[in-house]
Amino acid sequence: MSLADTAASPVPVPGTGPILEVTDLSTSFASPRGRVGAVNGVSLSLERGRTLGIVGESGSGKSVLSRSIMGLLPASTAERTGSIVFEGKELSDWGDKEYRELWGTEMAMIFQDPMTALNPVMKIGKQITESLRFHLDMDRSTAKDTAVELLRSVRIPEPEKRFSSYPHEMSGGMRQRVVIAVALACGPKLLFADEPTTALDVTVQAQVLDLLEEQQRERFMAMILVTHDLGVVAGRAQEIVVMYAGRIVEKAPTRTLFADMKMPYTEALLSAIPKLADPPHTRLAAIGGRPPDLVNPPEGCPFAPRCPYVRERCLTELPALTPVDGDDTHLFACHYPVDSPETIEIKDRLTAQGLLISSPPPGSASDGAQDGR
Amino acid sequence: MAGSGSAHMRNPEDALLRVENLVMEFPVGRGRKVSAVSNVSFDLHKGETLGLVGESGCGKSTTGKAIMQLPRPTRGMVKLGDTELTALKGSALRATRPRMQMIFQDPISSLNPRRAVADIVEEPLRIWNLGDAEQRRAKVNEVLETVGIDVDAAAERKPHEFSGGQCQRISIARAVVTDPDLIICDEPVSALDVSVQAQILNLLEDMKARYGLTLVFVAHDLAVVKNVSDRVAVMYLGKLCEIGPPQELYTSPSHPYTSALLDAIPVPDPEVATDEKEHLGGDLPSPIDPPSGCRFRTRCDRATDVCAQAEPQMQPVDDDHFVACHHPLVTPVEIAAR
Amino acid sequence: MSDHLPYRGHDEAETTGIGLAPSAMATAEAVGIGIGDTIPEGPPDAEHKRKLGIAAWIAITWLVVMLLLAILAPVLPIPDPTETFPEIARQGPSSGHLLGGDALGRDLLSRIIWGGRASFAVGFGAVAVGLAVGGLLGLITGFFRGRVDAIVTPLMSLLLAIPQFVLALSLVTVLASADDVSSARRIGVVIVGLGVVSIPILGRITRANTLAWSEREFVTAAKAMGAKNFRIMFRDVLPNVVPAMLSIALLGVGVAIIAEGGLSVFGVGVQLPTPSWGNIIAEARGQLRQAPHIVLFTSVVLFFTVLSLNFLGDVISQRFEVREGQL
Repeated sequence: MSLADTAASPVPVPGTGPILEVTDLSTSFASPRGRVGAVNGVSLSLERGRTLGIVGESGSGKSVLSRSIMGLLPASTAERTGSIVFEGKELSDWGDKEYRELWGTEMAMIFQDPMTALNPVMKIGKQITESLRFHLDMDRSTAKDTAVELLRSVRIPEPEKRFSSYPHEMSGGMRQRVVIAVALACGPKLLFADEPTTALDVTVQAQVLDLLEEQQRERFMAMILVTHDLGVVAGRAQEIVVMYAGRIVEKAPTRTLFADMKMPYTEALLSAIPKLADPPHTRLAAIGGRPPDLVNPPEGCPFAPRCPYVRERCLTELPALTPVDGDDTHLFACHYPVDSPETIEIKDRLTAQGLLISSPPPGSASDGAQDGR
Repeated sequence: MAGSGSAHMRNPEDALLRVENLVMEFPVGRGRKVSAVSNVSFDLHKGETLGLVGESGCGKSTTGKAIMQLPRPTRGMVKLGDTELTALKGSALRATRPRMQMIFQDPISSLNPRRAVADIVEEPLRIWNLGDAEQRRAKVNEVLETVGIDVDAAAERKPHEFSGGQCQRISIARAVVTDPDLIICDEPVSALDVSVQAQILNLLEDMKARYGLTLVFVAHDLAVVKNVSDRVAVMYLGKLCEIGPPQELYTSPSHPYTSALLDAIPVPDPEVATDEKEHLGGDLPSPIDPPSGCRFRTRCDRATDVCAQAEPQMQPVDDDHFVACHHPLVTPVEIAAR
Repeated sequence: MSDHLPYRGHDEAETTGIGLAPSAMATAEAVGIGIGDTIPEGPPDAEHKRKLGIAAWIAITWLVVMLLLAILAPVLPIPDPTETFPEIARQGPSSGHLLGGDALGRDLLSRIIWGGRASFAVGFGAVAVGLAVGGLLGLITGFFRGRVDAIVTPLMSLLLAIPQFVLALSLVTVLASADDVSSARRIGVVIVGLGVVSIPILGRITRANTLAWSEREFVTAAKAMGAKNFRIMFRDVLPNVVPAMLSIALLGVGVAIIAEGGLSVFGVGVQLPTPSWGNIIAEARGQLRQAPHIVLFTSVVLFFTVLSLNFLGDVISQRFEVREGQL
């Protein structure tokens, strides 16, 4: 595994080596039907100042993964195994009590719905100053000044006035800025953004993502951006992890991933998005079927039942996450990656039969934009 | 944008749906009111799909519902075929219901959790007493099959046993079971995963072809709207900004707001650098007290004095492409010069 | 290459696995994992439809036994509840009289069984009145809102503002305080009195639930289909509101049974010598020291009955709460 060599130094100097190192993390939940394996053997690492995108459909385990790392799982039903090393500290056997030292000051999370993430009956100023006073022991007036400064830094107009507003008096985009301000208040080193813009309009989404990027750069934070939208991470993350059925199925630096994707699932996920460049009424390459049941996961590759290129071997043998020849930053879990001769042959056949909508690679798609009229 | 006018309206005889000067106001207390839709006009030909896009709060969903008369618009006219819906009341209005149906955003909330799937889909037929029990059952089975729901396995199950995508299929089955002319789709795919979204969009296209439907497709996702629409109307703060065929509107937007919306869409391609784009700043102004003149002027970098004084009217940019802007990005002159 | 498996194209619907796994969903939701990123579906299995717990079964059994005893009282081999046996007056349990006798020497077991008749009649009767009137008003005001709501709901609040017990007491006193009122008529009046008191409570709960359900899109969908309001109200909204109504109604039965006891203390409950649990306790409260068994046994029966009703109310509200799956 490519991660092994970066894990060598146990106490990393800030700025060098990963701030977060996750090895073979699995999380399962007790349910009446049996254990639900929400995350299965995930390994990843992240350095300060960098953004990791985690992409997947509902039920892929992407949100459970970030909650597992952050220790936000319910103790009664969840079981977490594997190793999580954060700034040289092994967190795998930490409970709420130990984690409380990290939450806010070291790691923070931004949730999807800004309305439920904020306390509706508390003025937004108080929601920020509270954690400042608790974690950083600030006195009342310093905390207030810091909070106003934070609101200003997340570009909230008239921060002094907004300090004493309630969440419902603000728009969704403004609320998400407040959530970001709350998360940034104590200067975390690692920020989880779990679908931070899914509830927002595109214009506001762009503003919020710009803001996150800017804050991350200024504070030299590491960020994990969890989303179902490949479009959101394409321009924002340096590295992308694609998850399916609780496993990493492909992991690569962003440019590599888009230029040379190996896993049919990644390809399918990208093809399913309607492209602005395509003419109207273009048939979309939907992914048929649904993600597998995680209580009784199928034998073999979890994507096999939905994969257009599925072969006998895929149904019986679980593909391991292996590096691409000559590039150990790019890993994938597939017996017949999209550029293998076997898959290309099937692809050609299916396309000829009209069963497969082949989508052009992203580069050529934008060229096609102009000639539609 | 923020314009009115009717230059973009086509020959009334060809229209299946004609909406004129639609106004929808809601009281917000203390005698004040918010105009969610203000003076919006458009028309739709049979078999056409009109995409209505804009940010939340722009009035696109309210417009969709006002066409359905749910609730009835404050002012303006909605005409379906030869029937003026806005002039009808009570049972006369009810009688038009089988001709237009609606598909909602939340697939779970739009199905009654206590009813079985077959029962839900059959309900419109029972309300209108269409056919006998056997014919109704056959029709229900047919539409369920068509939307890709396995009748034998699903008919007697309750909605909560299905995924969001399947629930949306059931909603679509219910909408087409009375063979309507018009279906209003209110954000039908925004609650779904991309993979399922693609299935539902493809399905809608199939259903449109199979049942000869005319669609009003309300959505905030411009790429989705482009995929299904024959004509796209962009709304801002209760007003229409720009309307035109999707290919043209997307490649050469004339309204600064349309252009800003397009720039904000994240492109799934890392080679397209996001930082180079200037993203639209600011927030939507309050619809209770909208800006004078052009409603978009407070966020528009092309705004001048005239934008504050006069409301822009719809003007042609090109064939079938209209914009309500004092300073459009693409003018008819430029088009003519091409 | 021949081992490629058939592919049916992109639009293959998700018909394969029908059910979600509601229980897995519930776990995930309960633990606060983002909806939409939870555990996908498995085949539906009937077996994990929540089973009734042992406590629920005990509650049901208790209520069934009590109800059966009350209904079958006339044919049970027990003495007449008004017949006096001077030798057992204020005496504890004995072989011929399992629960002993009351102050006048009437058989306590018989009086408790017969008392159940009156108490259940009052409890269920009062709640039925409350449900019929309050439930209907709540449904109508919650569904139509507007003018009906603006008139009816303040009236209900007004009714709620009057101390409940005083209201019931006054109603019964005015309607049937004369001594010559027959005991059946008195029971009827108590039912009406307590029923009126329960109208605003049941009405409010029904209204609140109706309001919430009426905002659902399936109600708009039904309107869009052209369904008439009353059809939507009774066929779409009511079935969703009933569980909440039932669960609160069961609590109401318990409250009404106890309230009848309160009325008895003031002499306007079920009229003696017809027994009710309330008036047995009320009558014996002066003899707590000499014959504690009268109050004790009756109170125990009353306590377990009300407890069972409350418990079943909770069970109903949980059991019928529809799981709405994910998304």
